[in-house]
Amino acid sequence: MLKNRIIPCLDVNNGRVVKGINFVNLKDAGDPVEQAKIYSDGGADEICFLDITASNENRETIYGVVKDTSKKCFVPLTVGGGVRSVDDINKLLNCGADKVSINTAAVKNPKIVVDSYKKFGSQCIVVAIDAKKNGEKWEVFTHGGRNNAGIDALEFAKKMEDSGAGELLVTSMDRDGTQLGYDIDLMSKISSKVNIPVIASGGVGNLDHLVDGIKLGNASAVLAASIFHYGKYSIKEAKEYLDSKGIPVRI
Amino acid sequence: MNITIVDYNSGNISSVVNSFKEVAQNEVNIEVTSDLKKIKLSDKVVLPGQGSFKSCVDALNNISGLVDSLNEFAIQNKKPLLGICVGLQMFADIGYEETETKGLGWVSGKVSKIDNQNGKYKLPHIGWNQINIVKESKIFKNIENNSHMYFVHSYEFIPDDKNVISATTDYSTNIVCSAEKENLFGTQFHPEKSDKTGLQIIDNFIKL
Repeated sequence: MLKNRIIPCLDVNNGRVVKGINFVNLKDAGDPVEQAKIYSDGGADEICFLDITASNENRETIYGVVKDTSKKCFVPLTVGGGVRSVDDINKLLNCGADKVSINTAAVKNPKIVVDSYKKFGSQCIVVAIDAKKNGEKWEVFTHGGRNNAGIDALEFAKKMEDSGAGELLVTSMDRDGTQLGYDIDLMSKISSKVNIPVIASGGVGNLDHLVDGIKLGNASAVLAASIFHYGKYSIKEAKEYLDSKGIPVRI
Repeated sequence: MNITIVDYNSGNISSVVNSFKEVAQNEVNIEVTSDLKKIKLSDKVVLPGQGSFKSCVDALNNISGLVDSLNEFAIQNKKPLLGICVGLQMFADIGYEETETKGLGWVSGKVSKIDNQNGKYKLPHIGWNQINIVKESKIFKNIENNSHMYFVHSYEFIPDDKNVISATTDYSTNIVCSAEKENLFGTQFHPEKSDKTGLQIIDNFIKL
């Protein structure tokens, strides 16, 4: 039976983890490689890096991080943030990323999804959709949630599936950072709209939120950041909790 | 020992390379090349494959003499070869992804889209699924039945001779996830991404 996945996400800025795991025994709390290794050893089903480096001159730092991580972690590694071209995707994959998530570029130029799917296969193309509720609908936002693209999120999700995306990483901008739980309505609507797996993101504050994302939101995988950092919950605790709620997980 | 990972522009092979280097350490030489001479002189060959069946077959054919060299290595000389994902699928006679495409014809059978039962099952089949070992295989040494492996695919290999099936996984139907025929080994899952159990399979192949 296929298991639901738990994916910890690490924000990487200039090659260093921000808001990472804050364990006392960490040699270097800002080292993305060490943190990814802790997660994969702890049973994470995949690792996600979100590169939030703002300056252009430091954008290259992510490549070294991916290269080093892929030599130590033998679970799938997804990298996103600032991916603008097929060439960017190619570079990340060559460094050892297994999947690349595309956000703003997919909205601005959907052809990048088609081109990269044809070149690399849909298995490594994740489209990240940042959505915000407006009345009865959700709108797609770009540039880290700053710009409203004025596109309906459900329509866009379908369009990305048709363009060749292998998975959708759906983040609720309303919930992100609130710890109030996923936007279940958004997740379940997108999940029933498309036939590709949906990864739920944005708003996790406790383990019940992960359960809800899968049971009510019909997500195939749940992504979370802060609850796993600072040792609030370990990946193992999260999996055991999901298992106790009857959700199939890899233990 | 020399193991060659065939680099034929079939997409992303860095994870395969990293995992083999991790397991081999300095005891085994891992080459990553499409050099025909090096392939012929190898003790073992790994044939990865990402993207579509057609794109992988096309990429193999784009390198002059590569298919002949692989045939010589695997079929005439019967040296161990491991196909991963589309690498396994290409063992078949024919694949139906994008368009009907001829495979290597090493293990008779076809590659068809997984039946998603009218949308009941999401495709691609992505994530960790358990393998049901149906036949003793050297590459499953020290691997417990029902171990989890990482999958990502929408098409499945359907061999004519069911005796070549060494493991299946349950997704919509019993999907063939590992096949073995004499010196040919193939996994639909990605051992290179399946954490410690996956690395064990790689170790088993190296130690064949």
